Amino acid sequence: MRHIISLLMENEPGALSRVVGLFSQRNYNIDSLTVAPTEDNSLSRLTVTTNGDDARIEQITKHLNRLVDVVKLVDLTEGAHVERELMLIKVKALGAQRAEIKRTADIFRGQVVDLTANVFTIQLTGTSDKLDAFIAAMGENTVLEVARTGVSGISRGEKTLAL
Amino acid sequence: MTVEQLSGGEMLIRALHDEGVEIVFGYPGGAVLHIYDAIFQQDKVEHILVRHEQAATHAADGYARATGRPGVVLVTSGPGATNAVTGVATAYMDSIPMVVISGQVESRLIGSDAFQETDMVGISRPIVKHSFMVSSAADIPRIVKEAFHIATTGRPGPVVIDVPKDVTDPKVKLPYEYPKDVKMRSYQVPGKGHSGQIKKAVEALLSAKRPMIYAGGGVIQGNGSELLTKLTQKLGYPITNTLMGLGAYPGTDKQFLGMLGMHGTYEANMAMHYCDVLLGIGARFDDRVTNSDTSKFCPDATILHVDIDPASISKTVTADVPIVGSVTAVLEEMLDQVQKSKTKVDKEALGIWWKQIEQWRGKDSLAIKSSGPDIIMPQQAVQAVYDITKGDAYVSSDVGQHQMFAAQHYTFDKPRRWINSGGLGTMGFGLPAAMGVQFAFPDAISVCITGEGSFQMNLQEYATCMQYQLPIKIICLNNQALGMVKQWQDMQYGGRYSHSTYAESLPDFTKLAEAYGHVGIRISHPDELHSKLEEAFALKDKLVFVDIQVDPNEHVYPMAIKGGAMKDMVLSKTERT
Ligand SMILES: Cc1ncc(C[n+]2csc(CCOP(=O)(O)OP(=O)(O)O)c2C)c(N)n1
Ligand SMILES: [Mg+2]
Repeated sequence: MRHIISLLMENEPGALSRVVGLFSQRNYNIDSLTVAPTEDNSLSRLTVTTNGDDARIEQITKHLNRLVDVVKLVDLTEGAHVERELMLIKVKALGAQRAEIKRTADIFRGQVVDLTANVFTIQLTGTSDKLDAFIAAMGENTVLEVARTGVSGISRGEKTLAL
Repeated sequence: MTVEQLSGGEMLIRALHDEGVEIVFGYPGGAVLHIYDAIFQQDKVEHILVRHEQAATHAADGYARATGRPGVVLVTSGPGATNAVTGVATAYMDSIPMVVISGQVESRLIGSDAFQETDMVGISRPIVKHSFMVSSAADIPRIVKEAFHIATTGRPGPVVIDVPKDVTDPKVKLPYEYPKDVKMRSYQVPGKGHSGQIKKAVEALLSAKRPMIYAGGGVIQGNGSELLTKLTQKLGYPITNTLMGLGAYPGTDKQFLGMLGMHGTYEANMAMHYCDVLLGIGARFDDRVTNSDTSKFCPDATILHVDIDPASISKTVTADVPIVGSVTAVLEEMLDQVQKSKTKVDKEALGIWWKQIEQWRGKDSLAIKSSGPDIIMPQQAVQAVYDITKGDAYVSSDVGQHQMFAAQHYTFDKPRRWINSGGLGTMGFGLPAAMGVQFAFPDAISVCITGEGSFQMNLQEYATCMQYQLPIKIICLNNQALGMVKQWQDMQYGGRYSHSTYAESLPDFTKLAEAYGHVGIRISHPDELHSKLEEAFALKDKLVFVDIQVDPNEHVYPMAIKGGAMKDMVLSKTERT
């Protein structure tokens, strides 16, 4: 099963490498990874999407918790949550295609954020599935470049990941 | 009160002293010269000069295992740090508290491939509990405090402090004050276990028909031996110890079934396999115990698992009742609840169980099968050492057949007496570890039971032993081969000895000892085994290397059959279960 694990860690050099290193060292998958500072300067929030059965996910969270730099952790997929990923995608856009691409982007609530005579750059946010679907809709021959941020997430309701 | 002004180098050493450190094992070099100068100008912390940084880590490790106090190491950057890595990994695998201070090039040079620069924090990352890179001398007191706190609490482990040279500059003095306590929001030490879980475990234990207790190194590290012994004896249940746990329960006691696992006794492994309730405590169900295929492990057992590290629970074998907590806290509560519970031990079932166990024990799986009247069996040598030292020595070992013979035949009644690299299996550990023990306990008998292969991996430490007059007794079970490798080649590779023999190129070990100013004794006949060993141990002030020519063809048995259950063992060259 796919899991989204979010954690707060000390905003210190080496902390990120310890988290990433743990995954490679113990042969756990990283499907995506995002990391950035939080409203509290001393903390970074890291979100990783990974795969595995329950036993494996339990080991992953236990080992993450064991890292001295990790302050707090939540497996967002255990409860209701919102997840988003941002994508910037550059596509070939020539002649009649231009209108068609624009229409598709609209359907996906994407925005054209840059354009040239031949190329659109579209910005899109949503779940990873939605971004995948948009890439598929564009077709292999149209897509020139894809930049995705990886998944960021937050639990629904009043639950917070905070100190 | 005026605050003292100290340089970074001085702070480091002072902080060690304030932490209660008496001894540091190390080796100097460019990046740590400021620190060494600070060492020179004080007399509170003793520095031991080893002859290779790997030995510094093993010596600190041996010191830590024997005393329960953290071992401390100081090495220079680059090769000094990388040489220390094996010892850090060894300590990590066995959860040994250790603080390693490594020099680093000047801050401004980091990342420039400067002379003797290596990314020690990066290299050591997977084998440390935590690490620090010091960016300012002002942080040194706090970092040292935190490093010791992390290394020694919870599940202990090694911590690296990487110190760039400029941070220790003697010209830059800053106010020094050692913190009284540690504030770390991201590091919490598990305390007592969950009472409800403990109650569940106790009920399961008391309701057992065929109970078994399996205790590991965590009991020793957590100073839980006394409580474990009390609980086991109160219940009257059989108990086994892992290789790392030997001494956690008195080896000479009737309830002790010997070591379990790959080279465990028949009775211990059988009792594991057939038990209906298993209490695992301070042990991590590793593959050398469970025999790789965990689906066949203890098929009938309800598994109760006590460990201070939540990540060790249900890692390889799923626990029915997991308990996270310190062994002492959990054992105390267990004892209390056993007392209070209305459920009482089923004496009748226990009697039947013990009868079965005694039958297994009757097989005498560790019995020595002589190869002839003129041949010394390695087990005999270990037993002789046990007799002569009255079972009261500190015994370090290396890795191989000799290690297993030592574990099987030197019976440990006390914790912290058996000093061996169980997790990493590091050849070359024995002698430096025995040094650490001898520094901790100058009047104790520090024995190193080694093989001629392992011994040659850190024999340069002979010089350290001479410098500090360490009267270690090195018992070398010389089988003229990498015996354990050869055994596997006998059993699984049709006796093709690919690079496991070297009889023709072995040194004259007695002369080698003498070259360093020590004593060398060779024993080649069973008749002289006892007398010559006694002679060796009578030389109280000398390091003696005893080169015992043992049967080169002997194998270690029992041996787990790969892919089988714990009940599946090879018992001798001709017998299997
Ligand atoms: C540093 C290191 N290298 C290789 C090994 C693999 N190994 C395990 S036992 C062994 C043979 C050890 O020979 P010796 O010390 O003579 O002990 P014996 O088995 O002969 O008693 C080897 C090579 C190891 N454990 N450690
Ligand atoms: Mg050998």
